[in-house]
Amino acid sequence: MNFDFTEEQQMVRDSIARFVQDDYDWDTRKSIVASEKGLSPDNWKLFAELGWLSIPFAEEHGGFGGNIVDLSVVMEELGKGLVVEPYFPTVVLFGGLIARAGNEAQRAEWLPRVIGGDVLGGFAYVERQSRFALHDCLTTATRSGDGFVLNGEKVVVFNGEQADHLVVLARTSGEQSDRTGLSLFIVEASAAGIDKMNYPMMDGQRVANVTFKDVALSADALLGEEGNALALVEALVDEAIIALASEAVGIMGVLNTKTLEYAKTREQFGVAIGSYQALQHRMVDTMMAYEQCKSLLFKALCEYKQDPAMAAETIHALKVLIDRNAKHVFGEAIQIHGGMGMTDELDIGHYAKRLMMINTTFGDANFHRNRFVETAFAA
Amino acid sequence: MDTAYSPEDLAFRDEVRDFFQEAYTPELRQRMRSSHKEGAEEWQRKLNDKGWVAPNWPVEFGGTGWTATQKYIYETERSLAGIPNVIPFGLVMVANVIMAYGTDEQKEYFLPRILKSEDWWCQGYSEPGSGSDLASLKTKAERDGDDFIINGAKIWTTYAQYADWIFCLVRTDNSGKKQEGITFILIDMKSEGIKVNPIISIDNHHSLNEVEFSNVRVPAKNVVGEIGKGWTVAKALLAHERTGIAGVADVKRAVRVIKEVAAKEENGGQRLVDDPGFQQRLADIEVELMALEFTELRTLAAQAAGGFPGPESSLLKIKGTELQQATQELLMEIAAYYQGVLPTDLEPDALGHEFTTEARMSYFYGRAATIYGGSNEVQKNIIAKYVLGLE
Repeated sequence: MNFDFTEEQQMVRDSIARFVQDDYDWDTRKSIVASEKGLSPDNWKLFAELGWLSIPFAEEHGGFGGNIVDLSVVMEELGKGLVVEPYFPTVVLFGGLIARAGNEAQRAEWLPRVIGGDVLGGFAYVERQSRFALHDCLTTATRSGDGFVLNGEKVVVFNGEQADHLVVLARTSGEQSDRTGLSLFIVEASAAGIDKMNYPMMDGQRVANVTFKDVALSADALLGEEGNALALVEALVDEAIIALASEAVGIMGVLNTKTLEYAKTREQFGVAIGSYQALQHRMVDTMMAYEQCKSLLFKALCEYKQDPAMAAETIHALKVLIDRNAKHVFGEAIQIHGGMGMTDELDIGHYAKRLMMINTTFGDANFHRNRFVETAFAA
Repeated sequence: MDTAYSPEDLAFRDEVRDFFQEAYTPELRQRMRSSHKEGAEEWQRKLNDKGWVAPNWPVEFGGTGWTATQKYIYETERSLAGIPNVIPFGLVMVANVIMAYGTDEQKEYFLPRILKSEDWWCQGYSEPGSGSDLASLKTKAERDGDDFIINGAKIWTTYAQYADWIFCLVRTDNSGKKQEGITFILIDMKSEGIKVNPIISIDNHHSLNEVEFSNVRVPAKNVVGEIGKGWTVAKALLAHERTGIAGVADVKRAVRVIKEVAAKEENGGQRLVDDPGFQQRLADIEVELMALEFTELRTLAAQAAGGFPGPESSLLKIKGTELQQATQELLMEIAAYYQGVLPTDLEPDALGHEFTTEARMSYFYGRAATIYGGSNEVQKNIIAKYVLGLE
């Protein structure tokens, strides 16, 4: 029994924490979000130099060879700083899919580029009608000569505005909601026939709705086996959920710390508001909400590290608890900050917005409670 | 014990329904969205022409003389028609104070102008250091002949950028208890020395402001009630503000909207509206709402004789705002990935989503409902002290 982090993990944690503290203060983050690209290319280069982009990838491709705990540490720290640079879409999703599904040539071509910070990627999987059902897919890739022709639309593609390459989930056979017949493709975002509508999100991300009209793909654009992508995507999503939960835990910790600090200094009726028992109990509740999330995250990490399949049920539970407790934590953070919590100027609301996007990504509490019931109650 | 509608009530309901149908035109609905101020003023003038703009005023000042049931019917129909409430600062808040405490001159000047929406009012209560602890306010009013000279700042002032007048609590005396020495005064926003600084809120909009006063000269005849007795006036007014924000009818409408949009969302073939987990959450809201509706009716019935509502209005405020927030949260969840879409000028067709902007803005602005009008924590203190007698 051991819940300690390794020395190496502690070093990565410290290094990101130092970056956030020294180079990513609130005003800097605001100006990056407001900048033309919505990210800092210099920061991205720095992340590559510091090795953060290499964490989840195998050493043979130039990676750090990290496991799920290493990734969790990175995500938690990036969450604390509300870092908008597209680590999650590029490294966890785009890189993660290629690492899982790619053949040797594809891995050798793409992973060093991800690790070196030379590519900005994204994963196009949401459709207008799909909600959280990954297999609800109308985008089609039809065989044509040696390659494929891609048609359809993906919406709310994370990092869609800046991504130069996307992994696209498309249907190569079957009907709209079939679980088979789905395939993955690596697509250049500027290819002929691709049209993007970019828009910003409330958590500072730049996303896009991407339309594909007769986009010609060569045979080597196919990532993994034709028609069998769903299991791969679901496996990636499990890892991605743990990554997002880690980010959420980082954010919840910051919100609790900031709220506690405010309660200790904000005076009303001649005393600090934190001296009121009614508020004290509520801050105890948010502290417990945070600790419970952290515990369930640790359980998911331990299981996943041993065998990803072991963590399936816990991952649904984690998504449910993070959703519920994050709402509790940010709700109290805004409420206890009073009018100040309502301002766009203060960071509290922005942390809340990121938590809300984390909650909805890959399924909210309601969705995962149903999946949990299916898994846990199945005799 | 009877809430059945009489034939007269039913006829009244039809009259209200017909009027809303005819008067709240699609053009007006659009104008409300694009320019809140112009839309609201136009609608309030239409209501005034009909004689319905101030249902809660005494008849002598231009009220409707409706029974509690009629007021309830009116409110329900308004909400079901998707019509926003009137802007409360003039018609509900300051008007009640002027009627109860104002001089004849103040009544004659301000009340008709408020009915005709000729002045836009805002509320100057909170200060940067005084939120929940309202009585600690510091904005200073010093006597200078027939005038007061005002110095200080107010914050969270909704729509101050449009306002012609602000009603303020100011400190005229520092010597006694902090509740004493507060005075309620009306200030012309065009006065020299007033500066309005916008505050962008987490819904990314500008409705809140900070209002600074530097040596603003205000005639002493603009004081409402006695000098130094502003705290009594303010407390009565806050109770009015609270009943207004229970918003039962609006939550009812939100539940209806939620059912409509949840019927259009599917997770891999299962409609969200058919999802048991979703149904239970909505049911929990509806159960609480049914009860709140009757809590509100009980309060209305008790107030039917007129006068200011008592501390029980705090209960309406707490429960009402909690339910508002619960429906706003659910609507965001229904929007799923789209809940985060920031720009409001994207065509729904191109975006692929209909109600994201409405959901996001009402969700975030709605976070303030448990903070303003005396935070819900303060409301609980009021109930503990004045209803339960706990000190």
